[in-house]
Amino acid sequence: MFRRATLMLLLFACLGLSPLALAQTSSSAPAVQAPAAAQAPVTQAQIAALEQSVHNAQTASATAQSAADNAWMLVSAALVLLMTGPGLALFYGGLVRKKNILGTMMQSFAMMGLVTILWAVVGYSLAFGHGNAFIGGFEHVFLRGVGLTPNTDYAATIPEQTYMIYQLMFAIITPALITGAFAERMKFSAMAVFLSLWSLLVYSPMAHMVWGVGGFLNATGGHVPSLDFAGGTVVHITSGVSALVTCIYLGKRIGYPHTNMPPHSMVLSFIGACLLWVGWFGFNAGSALGSGPLATSAFINTHFAAAAAALGWTIAEWIHNGKPTALGAISGAVAGLVAITPGSGFVQPFAALAIGLIAGVFCSFMVFEVKSRLRYDDSLDAFGVHGAGGTLGALLTGLFATGAINAAFGRNAAGAALPTGAMDGHWSQILNQLAGIGLAWGISIVGTLVLLFAVDKVIGLRVSPEEESAGLDLSQHGEEGYDLNG
Amino acid sequence: MLKIEAVLQPSKLDAVKDALLEAGIEGMTILEARGHGRQKGHTEFYRGREYTVDLLPKVKIEIVVSDELKEKALQAIIGAARTGRIGDGKIFVSRVEEAIRIRNDERGETAL
Repeated sequence: MFRRATLMLLLFACLGLSPLALAQTSSSAPAVQAPAAAQAPVTQAQIAALEQSVHNAQTASATAQSAADNAWMLVSAALVLLMTGPGLALFYGGLVRKKNILGTMMQSFAMMGLVTILWAVVGYSLAFGHGNAFIGGFEHVFLRGVGLTPNTDYAATIPEQTYMIYQLMFAIITPALITGAFAERMKFSAMAVFLSLWSLLVYSPMAHMVWGVGGFLNATGGHVPSLDFAGGTVVHITSGVSALVTCIYLGKRIGYPHTNMPPHSMVLSFIGACLLWVGWFGFNAGSALGSGPLATSAFINTHFAAAAAALGWTIAEWIHNGKPTALGAISGAVAGLVAITPGSGFVQPFAALAIGLIAGVFCSFMVFEVKSRLRYDDSLDAFGVHGAGGTLGALLTGLFATGAINAAFGRNAAGAALPTGAMDGHWSQILNQLAGIGLAWGISIVGTLVLLFAVDKVIGLRVSPEEESAGLDLSQHGEEGYDLNG
Repeated sequence: MLKIEAVLQPSKLDAVKDALLEAGIEGMTILEARGHGRQKGHTEFYRGREYTVDLLPKVKIEIVVSDELKEKALQAIIGAARTGRIGDGKIFVSRVEEAIRIRNDERGETAL
């Protein structure tokens, strides 16, 4: 009773922090100085020379900006890949039982290989090629037409190949996240086929709808403009909801929930979580597609949300259990990172703190209470953290987004940013966010069910009980993760 | 020849080893073990749920001594390992049929 009351108090405290977001003002570009009027008459030659030097200066400036943007984008792409390997591999790997460590890591690693090939062949085209409102076309199969000049539909200062490789890292980590739900019981072959198809039939369409040119939910010109800066909908809702569907379809692990299955190495999970936190700077700040002030905003928001959420989950757990666990702290941080993802380039820093704090408490509730009440075996809380956190984040983005940070919907004639989120008075944005959330849930549920059914019929999804007992390392890979006596 | 098996708290390993060496017993085998007697386990948390861990870390020392050294060995172990609390451990003594030194085929008490 006392604990419930304190938890409610905590939740209200989180919401109470939200007004702090209003207190921040953003700084705009420095004022331009008016040059002093020339006194002597100016010759044509001087004018021509001046025009030439202005042109040269502009070219140099553009080149410098491109170089800075490309450098940051390539680093960001590397950071996002680091999130999968070894970030997610370690995070998930430490949470499973020792006999499944390699099997778990192999699932993430397999995505690094498979999705890369698929993306290059057809995935990028389906996501970012011209098509209709729901899916791209085949103009870029085998990366045809994707060269080293910018694609101004997406990012005007970096080569399109940079954009493509950056987006590839997102395409890699999204199916890897799903593996957390079916940990310790899926066949490697079935997983490879299932997630490869998922990448093409769920991820690419969703990416197209939110980010692709002409996409239904695209913030610029989409039918229902939805704000998703770095993939809260595209990555986290899709993977989290698909994870829920998969773990329910597949069924619980043998012995769950009465057999205790604690993490075999919180050390590995801790390292993985920290790699995720740092890598997320590439995930969110890189989504600015440049190295300018927007990247700074996203970077700060990312960090603030992670910190606040770690604190939120820790405090909630301390009250709930009497002790703060390492697992809770790192899960909290991840929840905050997930929740800030859609809004990272749209909100003020103190809004990010609020979002993080709310997400930490909310996701801990999802994992402690909802999961045990509803009894699904989401082994590594892919739904509890990514699905729930992503949904929450998308909604809070609609609440806290402000044109002061990012003029996502353009500017008016006077140059002022058009209202973006509820913070600017644009309350209907929350409805648009709900539309995006609904679409993501719908596609994930339907697409995942169809694929699971198909792959199950052809290959069979789950390992046999003997294989599950022996562990994935031995049964799927013929290896042992640790040979400490060797 | 007698085999003495002592299941101990891991924190007592160094003290018992030193006590045995002082008693003139130089050969021993040390194993990491898990178990419990009447000592209750501890509770841990996983995802908000409390569970009991009753396989506690233990250390097991095995020594084989001549009959004459039995009491001296037992006193050494007990003296070093006793704290008076539940969880101190247990000692079992059994008879050994044969002992062989692999290096030179010595048998019996001279092999100890």
